[in-house]
Amino acid sequence: MPTITYTDATGAARSVEATVGDSVMETAVRNGVPGIVAECGGSLSCATCHVFVDADDFASLPAMEEMEDEMLWGAAVDRQDTSRLCCQIKVTDGMDLHVTTPETQV
Amino acid sequence: MSTPVSDNAAGLLIIGSSQAGVQLAVSLRALGYEPPITLLGDENHRPYQRPALSKEFLQGAITKESLIYRTQDYWDEHRIRVVRNERIIRIDKRDDGSGVAHSMSGAEIPFDRLALTVGARARRLLLEGVDLPGVLYLRNADDALELKARVPMVKDVVVIGGGFIGIEAAASLNKMGRTVTLLEAGPRLVGRAVGEETSAYLLAHHREHGVDVVLDAEVRRIVGAGDRVAGVELADGRVITADLVLIGVGVIPNTELAESIGLACDNGIRVDEHALASDGVTVAVGDVANLPNPVPGAPVGDRIRFESVNNAVEQAKVAAYAIVGRPEEYAGVPWFWSNQADLKLQIAGLSAGHDRTVVRSDPAKGKHSVLYYRGGAIIAADCVNAPLDFMAVKAAIAAGAAIPADEAADPAVQLKAITITREQS
Repeated sequence: MPTITYTDATGAARSVEATVGDSVMETAVRNGVPGIVAECGGSLSCATCHVFVDADDFASLPAMEEMEDEMLWGAAVDRQDTSRLCCQIKVTDGMDLHVTTPETQV
Repeated sequence: MSTPVSDNAAGLLIIGSSQAGVQLAVSLRALGYEPPITLLGDENHRPYQRPALSKEFLQGAITKESLIYRTQDYWDEHRIRVVRNERIIRIDKRDDGSGVAHSMSGAEIPFDRLALTVGARARRLLLEGVDLPGVLYLRNADDALELKARVPMVKDVVVIGGGFIGIEAAASLNKMGRTVTLLEAGPRLVGRAVGEETSAYLLAHHREHGVDVVLDAEVRRIVGAGDRVAGVELADGRVITADLVLIGVGVIPNTELAESIGLACDNGIRVDEHALASDGVTVAVGDVANLPNPVPGAPVGDRIRFESVNNAVEQAKVAAYAIVGRPEEYAGVPWFWSNQADLKLQIAGLSAGHDRTVVRSDPAKGKHSVLYYRGGAIIAADCVNAPLDFMAVKAAIAAGAAIPADEAADPAVQLKAITITREQS
């Protein structure tokens, strides 16, 4: 099963088994992973599901679209090179993704 | 569900498995609240998100499963008892805020404290023909499921109401290849929530994309043919063909339970800045709550009722703090979004009372923002396909920062770059 590992700003990690086709945000929220707010439910309107993707995993993800890129500039914690809004990352077969959540989303 | 739970296990009863109800339960557990929590809803669905019902879900871009807030494991682990398909019809409440709720099925649910997150219901149109099959409303999952099931069988749709729900549904159905006419009784679209320039932009956009929008439309009746809907007749005698009519003419807050237990209500349940109702102990959160305007700098005594996810979430957090005895005042910049097919509208702040607008338009990129000022200060923005503007204005209002109006009109200028924080000014 695909696995997403969420590490919070203090370094605490939690791995969650994910379903192909769900987003990395949905996987977190439905399982109560703290650190991801996702007020807009994944409609790319709020920039509160910001994550830093592990550098090794980042390149394996499909490139982001312009709207996500623009929204990221408004994230509560400044974006970095591997920032993504995880509502836009779809879980794929065999995915083993590692992301870190920022200190705050709002 | 017919066995009363013993009083010492009563805890908090949240009536309404809504965005507000879910957030309240989740926030309480995050704050270390230990007593039992019951989250009760009157629909026969797991707690789900509503915003996508008129957009991604209707269009088939996402499934029913992605609307579900939390897994059952989450509820179990956090000891939140989720009860569905139970409608509370009567509440006996004592002065200390505890009591018993009675459901239509005969269940009795005792509580030590009550939270009302009962939301609002679609306002019904009183018109000839509204009871015909094929005349629908869109408020909850069952409405959306029925609409979705009918769409493949219909060709001509009339949407009555040019508010957010009406426009979103019209844009979705248009995108799905239906012939859509949108009837708005007022002189412009979303007159209640956006300014004139934004209304005009939305009108032009949706017309250009094939939605036939009729403003100042006076609907006389809904016409049937046999036992199904056939069209909508306007006051000028014109009949618009329809095999499906969707009505979205606003909502009415569900205050009946609150009124029955003596809570002050006035366009919603009146609450204070901690989400406490007039008895000082029951909390009311979300679309049903009439609350002190939380915008920093709002006039004292100004009250407002929101119909938004952002308010449901933020006010629920405030209510959770009140319940655990660490009161925090509700303050924040309200924001809203509306996805209308491929158009993304984001609104930051409240534009009411503005004395100046600045339009930032970049037609080549399909971006269009309207900034609202009062006394020289930025108070709100409607942003179409312009998330950077939305984010910059939201941040500026929250920080009490300035965005000089004269410079803001140039769409090539980034608002964040010209924002002047209080320290700088």
